[in-house]
Amino acid sequence: MEATIKNITYYLPPKIISNKDLAIEFPEFSASQILKKTGINIRTRTTPEVIGSDMAFHAAEKLFDDSELDKNDVDFIVYVTEGLDYKAPATAVILQDRLGLPINIGAIDVPLGCSGFTHALGIAKMIVSSGQGENVLLLFGDTPSFVSHPNDFALRSLFSDAGAAVWVSGSDKKSIGNFIYGADGSGAKNLFVDQSSTRNPLDQKWLDSNSDANGMLYGQMKMNGLEIFTFSLQRVPELVADILKKNDLSMENIDLFVFHQASNIILKSIQRKLRIPEEKMAYYLEHFGNTVSISIPIALSESIKEGRVKKGSKVLVAGFGIGYSWSGTVLYY
Amino acid sequence: MCIFNIVKIEDLIEKLEEEFDDVEQGVLNPEFNIKDIEGWGSMHVLVVIALIDSEYDVLLSGSDLTNTETISDLFEVVQKKMIK
Repeated sequence: MEATIKNITYYLPPKIISNKDLAIEFPEFSASQILKKTGINIRTRTTPEVIGSDMAFHAAEKLFDDSELDKNDVDFIVYVTEGLDYKAPATAVILQDRLGLPINIGAIDVPLGCSGFTHALGIAKMIVSSGQGENVLLLFGDTPSFVSHPNDFALRSLFSDAGAAVWVSGSDKKSIGNFIYGADGSGAKNLFVDQSSTRNPLDQKWLDSNSDANGMLYGQMKMNGLEIFTFSLQRVPELVADILKKNDLSMENIDLFVFHQASNIILKSIQRKLRIPEEKMAYYLEHFGNTVSISIPIALSESIKEGRVKKGSKVLVAGFGIGYSWSGTVLYY
Repeated sequence: MCIFNIVKIEDLIEKLEEEFDDVEQGVLNPEFNIKDIEGWGSMHVLVVIALIDSEYDVLLSGSDLTNTETISDLFEVVQKKMIK
């Protein structure tokens, strides 16, 4: 059996951080300079009371309200996040109960970031095409604001918190193409949440040294922007070429390129290198920022709403980043 | 693979001038220190890396740019990497 995406919903926390807000905290930049630098107007920020799985839950409830998916028909859930509720049990299992789903389902977590959506979509396709389930619910929740130091302008001006839910179901028509996956752990330290788990748990020294930042209780994201940039510029064009080859397509066949919304400069540089016409590039940073694993679901959802994706459209989706990890495929509408 | 692509420094200067809105045409020359471009910062480094990558198919590293001062130095690094 083939697989198809039946529905996408997303949830954004109500708190908005504008460029004006950032310019007050970082007086070395004006609001217009921040917009020019980042291409972002607003970011969303959650609170410790509404964490990743809460946002995933809200997005899932919206999906059940908006679509024909019956809770009793769900066979498998995959929760993608870099901010699990606990080390154990799996957050996906907790979400099964919270969402009131049947107990005879599979429930797993996938702790990936920017490549999380495309990996989870590949997993959903594996489950459906191997006959292990007909309806897979992919859930996403990311809270980069929890691990961004208040003084880190690069992170604060780029990232947003968000949640999403995506329903993948069996289909007669091939709607989700062949996948490419990649992993290169040699880049792990270039985008890294320090003091965040078993290898290097936070200690009293850490709490004391971060007393001005509420202790940085969840750990601290550290980004080597230059390394991430050169990784993206090198890897993504190769990823695109590999996806096209694996699906017997060429650049001209693609109607829309939906990349992980890493940053404006990364997307612009990839677009330039691959000579992608403006109308075929998805840019949804301005009103959402970089929402980690939720960025592709948001971009897809918005492109569909705007009529940029129609029946017959071929959409290349590609996630890349923290890990390093990358993956992608072609969606046939 | 050998790339027989004749690159001139004037071509690189022209491309740099086109790239930066704040730089007027005719201001840059081979001895100009690129870090003297008004408001030079981390974003400019990325812009130069992306420009060289898309125009010359050479991916510079951060340290390539850290060790570069004049446009002439930058041109030399690009040429060396093109030959490789």
